[in-house]
Amino acid sequence: MVKTERHEMPAQAAEIRKHNFNEVALGYTAELAKEEAERCLGCKNSPCMAGCPVGVRIPDFIARVKVGDMEGAVKILNTDNNLSAICGRVCPQESQCEKYCVRKLNLGGSVAIGNLERYVADYALANGLENLCESECNKAGKYEGRSVAVIGSGPASLSCASDLARAGVKVVMYEALHKAGGVLVYGIPEFRLPKSIVQKVVDNVKSLGVDLETDVVCGKTVFIDELLFEHDAVFIGTGAGLPSFLRIKGENLNGVYSANEYLTRVNLMKAYKDGAITPILHGKKVVVVGAGNVAMDAARTALRLGAEVNLVYRRSRAEMPAREDEIVHAEEEGVVFDLLRNPVEILGDENGRVKGMRVIKMELGEPDASGRRSPVPIEGSEFEIECDEVIVALGTTPNPLIKNSMPSLETSKRGTIVADECGRTSVKGVYVGGDAMTGAATVILAMGAGKKAAKAILEDFD
Amino acid sequence: MKKYEILKKRALASNVNEYVIYAPLVAKHCLAGQFVILIVEPDGERVPFTICDYSREDGTVSILVQEVGYTTAKLAMLKVGDALEDFVGPLGNPTDLKEFDSVVLVGGGIGSAVVYPQAKQLKADGKKVDVIVGARNESLLMYVDEFERNSDNLYLITDDGSNGRKGFVTDMLKSLVESGKKYDCVFAVGPLPMMKAVCNLTRELGVKTIVSMNSMMVDGTGMCGCCRLTVGGRTKYACIDGPEFDGHEVDFDEAILRSKIYKAQEQEHLCNLRGNYGKN
Ligand SMILES: Cc1cc2nc3c(=O)[nH]c(=O)nc-3n(C[C@H](O)[C@H](O)[C@H](O)COP(=O)(O)OP(=O)(O)OC[C@H]3O[C@@H](n4cnc5c(N)ncnc54)[C@H](O)[C@@H]3O)c2cc1C
Ligand SMILES: Cc1cc2nc3c(=O)[nH]c(=O)nc-3n(C[C@H](O)[C@H](O)[C@H](O)COP(=O)(O)OP(=O)(O)OC[C@H]3O[C@@H](n4cnc5c(N)ncnc54)[C@H](O)[C@@H]3O)c2cc1C
Ligand code: FES
Repeated sequence: MVKTERHEMPAQAAEIRKHNFNEVALGYTAELAKEEAERCLGCKNSPCMAGCPVGVRIPDFIARVKVGDMEGAVKILNTDNNLSAICGRVCPQESQCEKYCVRKLNLGGSVAIGNLERYVADYALANGLENLCESECNKAGKYEGRSVAVIGSGPASLSCASDLARAGVKVVMYEALHKAGGVLVYGIPEFRLPKSIVQKVVDNVKSLGVDLETDVVCGKTVFIDELLFEHDAVFIGTGAGLPSFLRIKGENLNGVYSANEYLTRVNLMKAYKDGAITPILHGKKVVVVGAGNVAMDAARTALRLGAEVNLVYRRSRAEMPAREDEIVHAEEEGVVFDLLRNPVEILGDENGRVKGMRVIKMELGEPDASGRRSPVPIEGSEFEIECDEVIVALGTTPNPLIKNSMPSLETSKRGTIVADECGRTSVKGVYVGGDAMTGAATVILAMGAGKKAAKAILEDFD
Repeated sequence: MKKYEILKKRALASNVNEYVIYAPLVAKHCLAGQFVILIVEPDGERVPFTICDYSREDGTVSILVQEVGYTTAKLAMLKVGDALEDFVGPLGNPTDLKEFDSVVLVGGGIGSAVVYPQAKQLKADGKKVDVIVGARNESLLMYVDEFERNSDNLYLITDDGSNGRKGFVTDMLKSLVESGKKYDCVFAVGPLPMMKAVCNLTRELGVKTIVSMNSMMVDGTGMCGCCRLTVGGRTKYACIDGPEFDGHEVDFDEAILRSKIYKAQEQEHLCNLRGNYGKN
């Protein structure tokens, strides 16, 4: 008889994992995967699919897992998702596919679609099946001789590049940093997304014939006009990497980091390893400001580097934008949530080093434009908390480098590049997708946008 | 040629080397005042250096590096024919001194590296340019011949008087102005305390002053905020808003504190390196 309760993913115990950088979630065994797959009712109207931003045929791939046809499952999954090993790990499933699962409320909980996705994708990586998909690889096809420049190497670019390469287009990917992967490699920590997985995904894209040129900053090293001269089209997948700060007193004190800097030092530059060359401060008491995935990642990283960590957030628990898993994991590991608090000033000692933060208590008022109840400061409720490090995770906006180097490219007030729903920008032959188009969003949306733009590029070639 | 190969290396002063690096993409668009970020070895640190010279034809970029810590010491161990792991640029904004007719360039220590391409540019534009080069002692003076060729007047000054006048660059600048020299811009580059001193002086003298800020950096593209500093009461990023700023607006005291964030760890890395180096 099929167990009706959802099978949670085995994970490292909180007490142990908070001292290491190994992946927290351990993945399903074959038995667990099969049992969980059997919970899927295979609904004819597939409500889960409506929750997937890229429309993965979820019941179909799960049906393949049920009968042990892993190749079949890989093929279905890969057809709509170029980055399933990553999405299986980082998608906010609880607000997407799993939100609409019929089992959610009364039938033991939603089918663990994300866990199953990860299981299938890991199987593909382990068995060299990562290129298996329903659309034929078309190397010698009609796009021979065409070439596209892809700027950036995050999820949007990786996905766009692989679809184009599969269609037989020559692709050159230009990345500003010394490693490919975008946020996947510099932002999301090892314990949530092992870099070896990202590397495999990048290697796979390269194996499709995509040339990767690192150390190339578009708008500085090369310009879009130049790229348009050498290639038939250009795709911009440069993300939204510019950190926002609080704009309060004390923000430039030693020990105040943007989450981007903190995570980049730890992830990309490997500062968490003994003997790493790139330094990082090891605070004893760290305050993280914000409550999104980035804040959770920063908090859990600081914890692993030996700090006590408090997270200061101006709304309440219900409004925290991070994935549910990350919030739960952070809490289990001992991150303290100081909710309904807002920083007013960061305090420093005579050496310019952080020694505390003044915060004000907040209460929730009327819903704002985002539909969330907006926080209102409670007058006279300020108090100080002691800390020696502050990490600011208040969101990011697109880098103006590209825009500044190409005024004819239309951008919005928020700095995002304006485009139609397929990623066509105001400049002929130039396409965009991912965070650069939408502002900071998710891996799956970036991946999907890369796919759409690839399709548009191919259509415009025809 | 290998990517980022060291084509030439020469010692310019004690602990200062000039490297000519093969990097055609960087050489293609770089301009005076911009910088590169390089990595010496796998998993190494990203460190910024000013582009001192370049040849678009040969696809080369020259940098001048003073050995001060782990990464610069590692770099000094490389030989001609070796290649760097990474080399990205040109980053930052080019200098634009076009609006000025009479400029004095002030280089302190390794700051001369940053000042040199400006001298060349101004000279090429047919502008009047004086250069003050200061160093702790004679063995640290560099590019003397190059400056000689690319300036109207070159003034040398050392802390100990071992070459040129004895004193600091500010002493030289002050006496030049007092002796009747008229400058409409001072362009000063060097250690933070030196730039601060120059700015304090020129504020009194009422001469516009541009400084090049050598904040610590990670990405160099505006992505991390590591390089931030306060200019005119507002936070700026040295890598994308700079590296040059109006010196009279820069909060030097904050910049000096920020430059010391990792002092202890840097010291440890260097000791480890020197220790291992001894053993090999
Ligand atoms: C810490 C953190 C945690 C996150 N956690 C999650 C999560 O759990 N789930 C989820 O779905 N999403 C998460 N996100 C968001 C998600 O990672 C992003 O939405 C996604 O990576 C966007 O993809 P992208 O391809 O548009 O851009 P990015 O991943 O940002 O990649 C852009 C790339 O372009 C490069 N680039 C930028 N400018 C230039 C230039 N001028 N020239 C050349 N290259 C350039 C950058 O160096 C970078 O490599 C997280 C983000 C962060 C920062
Ligand atoms: C835009 C820019 C241009 C630069 N141009 C040059 C150049 O042309 N030639 C050159 O030799 N150096 C230049 N620097 C400084 C150079 O980047 C540093 O000397 C180098 O990063 C030191 O690395 P390290 O590992 O050897 O030393 P570390 O171990 O990192 O530091 C050793 C000592 O140097 C100090 N230091 C560290 N980083 C910097 C820094 N960014 N600026 C000043 N002092 C620092 C530390 O406080 C410490 O005392 C420039 C810096 C910037 C930001
Ligand atoms: S070095 Fe990262 S923002 Fe300037």
